[in-house]
Amino acid sequence: MKTLVSVGVLAFFCVSCADSERTQAEAPPADQVLINGAGATFPYPIYSKWFNEYHRKFPQIQINYQSIGSGGGIRQVTEGTVDFGATDGPMTDEQLKQAKTKILHFPTVLGAVVPAYNVPGVTQEIDFTPEALAGIFLGKITKWNDPELKNANAEVNLPDKNIVVIHRSDGSGTTYVWVDYLSKVSPEWKSKVGVNTSVNWPVGLGGKGNEGVAGLIKQTPNSIGYVELIYAIQNKMPYGKVRNSAGTPLKADLASVTAAAAGAVETMPSDFRVSITNAAGKDAYPVSSFTWLLIPSKIQDQAKKKVLKEFLQWMLTDGQNMVEALSYARLPKEVVAMEQKAIPEIE
Amino acid sequence: MPLSSTVAANAGAPRRVRPLARRLQRGDQIAHLITLIFAATIFIVTALLFYELYTGALLTRQKFGWSFLSGTTWDPVALEFGALPFIYGTLVTSALALIIGVPLGVGAAIFLAELAPLGVSDGLAFIIELLAAVPSVIYGLLAIFTLVPFLRDYVAPLLQSTLGFLPLFQGQSYGVSLLAGGSILAIMVLPFIISISREVLLAVPREQREASLALGATQWETTWNVVVPYAKAGIIGSIFLALARALGETMAVTMVIGNDPRINLSVFAPGYSIAAAIANEFSEATGDMHISALIELGFVLFCITIAVNAVARLLILTTTRKSGAT
Repeated sequence: MKTLVSVGVLAFFCVSCADSERTQAEAPPADQVLINGAGATFPYPIYSKWFNEYHRKFPQIQINYQSIGSGGGIRQVTEGTVDFGATDGPMTDEQLKQAKTKILHFPTVLGAVVPAYNVPGVTQEIDFTPEALAGIFLGKITKWNDPELKNANAEVNLPDKNIVVIHRSDGSGTTYVWVDYLSKVSPEWKSKVGVNTSVNWPVGLGGKGNEGVAGLIKQTPNSIGYVELIYAIQNKMPYGKVRNSAGTPLKADLASVTAAAAGAVETMPSDFRVSITNAAGKDAYPVSSFTWLLIPSKIQDQAKKKVLKEFLQWMLTDGQNMVEALSYARLPKEVVAMEQKAIPEIE
Repeated sequence: MPLSSTVAANAGAPRRVRPLARRLQRGDQIAHLITLIFAATIFIVTALLFYELYTGALLTRQKFGWSFLSGTTWDPVALEFGALPFIYGTLVTSALALIIGVPLGVGAAIFLAELAPLGVSDGLAFIIELLAAVPSVIYGLLAIFTLVPFLRDYVAPLLQSTLGFLPLFQGQSYGVSLLAGGSILAIMVLPFIISISREVLLAVPREQREASLALGATQWETTWNVVVPYAKAGIIGSIFLALARALGETMAVTMVIGNDPRINLSVFAPGYSIAAAIANEFSEATGDMHISALIELGFVLFCITIAVNAVARLLILTTTRKSGAT
């Protein structure tokens, strides 16, 4: 009896094993294309929307994306373990040299970082000059009623309280954009702290992720921190204005972020590795950034190459119409035109 | 699947005549071999872990050597890495957790095992074991929204007005701090201390208690002088298990510790722990040196855990020997 049962169980398992093997083997027919990508977390919502829509449009094409972080995206595309990567900060020359094939950057959408604060008694929007932001994050401006802040905010009743600085503790593209901006407006920041996804902060408390920073700001009176624009919009967080390179105080919104990219078009290098923080133009929000897809310039698999090229084309046209619904800023049309010219570089 | 088919094959074979002793011996050998393999995997995994961490940290070991342990700067831009603030934060939060958690936990265990009615004791023990299963991110959220404001608005002013002359309690209090990390760890390790200590106390033989009571000791004298010393080894074991958990806890700590790699004497100041630093920075670390530094941090934590376990073993050995001698 026992034998019978175990044989039966065995048989059942074998059949089901064989079954699952067969369905797996059958899944990709000859024209099925599976593409794997990995990288930045910031654009993950729009990427997964794009890849979903694209799969719906072309059912034989499946693009998988894992949001493991920009660092992981760069590492994996360098080692060739994924078909494409994604990053919030462009690859450095050194990183590009390590890759086996040349890696191309394609900007996809734009994001921005905004200063958020919690100052009890202040209901108006605070207007931050670049000097004020750099001073606060360097630990040189320590009071909310510092003259640098007061002069720009004559009508705001700033209290005589110590400023508590809050920053991201996890390595992040948001931090990269924020400190990239600070190092452009403050030579002292550039020499003392520098630019990276995580830095040696002169002052402040660290929160993990946008939600960690937002939580700390909410919990800590007289604090200031920075979060992604998309996070601030979706969570209805109050945030301040920042003066741009033309001296205009701007509250970040999708249009002013797109304007920042348009302002950088003239100085855009052909490989798109450009920082658009503190961009020119009086409508340009100064703490803005591209996020990029990283695509190898030589792709052996003809089918994959074709799909990736077609997807890029679609992303730059139809895809751009979907981004604002998810609070991303779209690419300016000048940049779209430049990218379309760059697609044939994939061989 | 192969296991049940072997069983089936064995069950179907008894008609063939074979000496019983030999068959049993064969079973013994198989069991011996299989369990040996299981036991060996633990050793192999530990050894592999040690090896991987050691070789993964090659770059920073070559560049910084022992000064990695004493360095106080952590600068991923300038590629200068020192682990001391992280080691300090890890040890201080764990120590705070034990300072708060051990008296509470052992006290609760004594009550549950010795004084409470059995129904209450069993009911509470069940709830305590449930607490041990709560994910650490839940504890972290709880800490951010209740513990941190409570520490900032009530505990810190109280401690500063009474014990403010100590450097331990000076400086501005933001709420997120070494103390917040230690407190949430204390709450998280309590279930371990309580449930293990309670089991150990319950396992003390009845005769020990009866003998003490017969000699005229009160119930408390019996508990404190006879039952607790008898169970000492087990209680110490539970404390070290709690310590090991506190050293490695990541999520809840990083949410409330402030994540600032600086050494501050004050428990109100923010700090940073090793596990939190690895979790925070690893996913976005791009440079080889940065990754190597994070792996070396992991190696340091591994060594600290091994050292703690070794000390626990020694302590249990010596205390049991002593109590055996008396």
